[in-house]
Amino acid sequence: MGAVPIFWYLSLSAVLFTLGVAGFVFRRNIITVFMSIELMLNAVNLSFITFSYRWKQVDGHLLAFFVMVVAAAEAAVGLAIILTVYKNRQTLNIDEIDTLKN
Amino acid sequence: MQLWLIPLLPLAGFAINGIFGRRLPKSVINTVAVGSVVLAFAWVVRTLLGLGDLEAAHTEHYFTWIQSGSLNIGWDFSVDRLTAVMLLIVTGIGSLIHIYSIGYMAHEGGYYRFFAYLNLFMFFMLVLVLASNYLLLFVGWEGVGLCSYLLIGFYFDKKFATNAGNKAFIVNRIGDFGFSLAIFYIFKTFGSLDFATVFPRTAGESEAIVTTIGLLLLVGACGKSAQIPLYVWLPDAMAGPTPVSALIHAATMVTAGVYMCARSFPIYIHAPQAMNVIAVIGVATAFMAATIGLAQNDIKKVFAYSTVSQLGYMFLGVGAGAFSAGIYHLMTHAFFKALLFLGSGSVIHALSGEQDMRNMGGLRKKIPWTFATMMCAAVAIAGVPPFSGFFSKDAILVAANHHAPWMFWLGVVTAGMTAFYVFRAMFLTFFGEYRGHEHPHESGPAMLIPLAILAVLSLAGGFIKIPVFLDKFFPTAEVPEDFTLVAISVASGLIGILLAYIMYVLKPGMADAFVSPIKGVYTFVYNKWYVDELYDATVVTPVVEGSRAVLWKGVDAGFIDGIVNGTADVARLIGGELRRIQSGNVRSYATWVLLGSVIVIVAIGFAGGIR
Amino acid sequence: MDVILFLAFAIIAVVCAVNVVVQTHPISSAISLVGVMGSLAVLYLLLGAEFLAAAQVIVYAGAIMVLFVFVIMLLNAGAEVKKGQSNMALFLGGPLLAGLVVLLVWFVQHFFGADVTVRFGSFQGGGPRDVGTALFTRYLLPFEITSILILIAIVGAIVLARKEID
Repeated sequence: MGAVPIFWYLSLSAVLFTLGVAGFVFRRNIITVFMSIELMLNAVNLSFITFSYRWKQVDGHLLAFFVMVVAAAEAAVGLAIILTVYKNRQTLNIDEIDTLKN
Repeated sequence: MQLWLIPLLPLAGFAINGIFGRRLPKSVINTVAVGSVVLAFAWVVRTLLGLGDLEAAHTEHYFTWIQSGSLNIGWDFSVDRLTAVMLLIVTGIGSLIHIYSIGYMAHEGGYYRFFAYLNLFMFFMLVLVLASNYLLLFVGWEGVGLCSYLLIGFYFDKKFATNAGNKAFIVNRIGDFGFSLAIFYIFKTFGSLDFATVFPRTAGESEAIVTTIGLLLLVGACGKSAQIPLYVWLPDAMAGPTPVSALIHAATMVTAGVYMCARSFPIYIHAPQAMNVIAVIGVATAFMAATIGLAQNDIKKVFAYSTVSQLGYMFLGVGAGAFSAGIYHLMTHAFFKALLFLGSGSVIHALSGEQDMRNMGGLRKKIPWTFATMMCAAVAIAGVPPFSGFFSKDAILVAANHHAPWMFWLGVVTAGMTAFYVFRAMFLTFFGEYRGHEHPHESGPAMLIPLAILAVLSLAGGFIKIPVFLDKFFPTAEVPEDFTLVAISVASGLIGILLAYIMYVLKPGMADAFVSPIKGVYTFVYNKWYVDELYDATVVTPVVEGSRAVLWKGVDAGFIDGIVNGTADVARLIGGELRRIQSGNVRSYATWVLLGSVIVIVAIGFAGGIR
Repeated sequence: MDVILFLAFAIIAVVCAVNVVVQTHPISSAISLVGVMGSLAVLYLLLGAEFLAAAQVIVYAGAIMVLFVFVIMLLNAGAEVKKGQSNMALFLGGPLLAGLVVLLVWFVQHFFGADVTVRFGSFQGGGPRDVGTALFTRYLLPFEITSILILIAIVGAIVLARKEID
């Protein structure tokens, strides 16, 4: 069968990234926001690996790997923070956590 | 020759009395103040004796004061014949008035302050006279103006005194502006301000330039020597203590203008137009001031207008080319005018402060010494021969006739008026019956001795041959002695005395009867020709109102405050708008970030991508 | 073959991603996200990234998402309540997102439109041997640093989330 042009992969990555941003901007539940962040990171990973294929080097894989590691660490700490926020504010609604308001 | 000692002694007196005077006993203050001036006089005498003939000027250079580009001003003193005359007058009469002040100011507050200011004045006046370049002269000029302000406003709790001080200083300032312009122009034209450098070069410059310089110098002289149109401060200056009126506003400071014009004679010789202007202003001022003096009731005001009038005579002399005559009159005027003021001070002191002549009368029996000495001054100023005033006034009038006959005739009429108002004052004060309620008592020796000395000088001063002494210094205008003219001027003086005698001694009510038909003229003259009102309407009020409405409300409060407040308001507005971004809402922050990144991506796209 | 595989799993990924964003209950979002990650793993395989595909499934889908699900269940998170609002997000969010996706796709098209094509098996450098070699030679420093990062993250998470000892 035919081969897939590279820019299809890249556009898919763009679409996934935009969906992640959409989730971040429009959702009110903190955990859902967090998941949108993970979605964005995944989209970027796809981009890295596509470029790694394009130049036939493994460095892109490595970068994607490190992204994954950091995402894991970040997920752990972030969820811990969400737990603390829930303990203090009893809410998971991001719009209600606005004490930095002018 | 240590010329620097002459001004330095009074300056030391000022420093000691000014700093420590509050705690010193009166005897110490007296010694310091009077002693410094008397010592200065002694040093002047010694210096002049030591310098001998003074054919050429004796200059001493002390240090370079200003060195800037091509401008080189040194602190130089020089003595020549003109300086010698001025030095003797300033220190001599200054000493006498200092002694007089011990008695006059004995019961006044601020004793040490008075003597400190008086000494400071002596310092500046001596700097002015000794200066050998225009800038140093200007330093002395300004300094005496300052001391005049301080002393006129000596009774600083009286509003009319402080107003008079302000008026004197401000009007003087106008003259000083002209003087400053003259100094600038002199420097620009001649490249230096030293007399020794400038004067020899005046022959080479164009007449237009020299005339301009002369006229600008004249503006300064009009301010300091109270000529038209800047004389209005002198009568008001009578608000100061009487010794101040005698020293500063009769004998020394007001003569600084005449001195300066005489000193600048090389400039004026090459600017005949300017000299003519000087003469015209002089004779006009003499006439106008005399008319005002006719109608005044305050004894000091009479003598104040008399001073303005006599200064006009001096300017007439200088303008007509008779420089030595002008300086001669300066000297004799110093004698009899100082005596008149000091004498009236003695009268006022005797009457515990009364100055209105309508409340005096018959005092010659009560204060005979004062009466006798003042009479000497009166006959001198009226030009009665062979007293001092006759010689000097006659010299000026003869020169005036040579210059322009109408000036002679105006001068003669003025001489008549002078004699009239002086004797009117004398008769009103000393003759008839006493109209007041005080208990007149004669003054103490501290006041009487200077009066006596000055009386002798007023009578005999004519025999001090100043014109001969100064003839070597000034270029002489050859003026033939004309006895007809002399006779005419003496006659007008005698007529004036006679009229005053008739109107005030023989028939006391005649003055009022004389005035009623010409009430309008009398009111006009009595109100000083309404000049003060004219100035107020044309100059003072527009400036004050203009400043208030335009400069204060418009520019300062409106524009400048507006800019400053406006900047603050704009900052607050912008801040108020910008703070709405900080909503505390994470989602809006995210949207802002998104907006920013989209903009960045677009920008990269326009820049051609990351290549 | 490549095309079909790509299209199939791309569509699954997009649909699941949309689901993540659209679902009201977080648990549904979490499950959809797992689906996304799975499809992405397949796409990685198509691109010759064998090691990473495995890592994706094990680490992302198997650990991180499990963590998410645990937390959702721990907090008893319910369906989302539409309280509070953001004007910015409401008005600017949509257009900006549309703009973003259009821009990105256009860029990609512009620069990589007529570029290489992806053929399964073309790139053999994505296996564990190659990844491991690169990891322990050229990327040794980042490797060590990320290990410390993980350590810090563990300690931080424990400190933040522990119960206060009364």
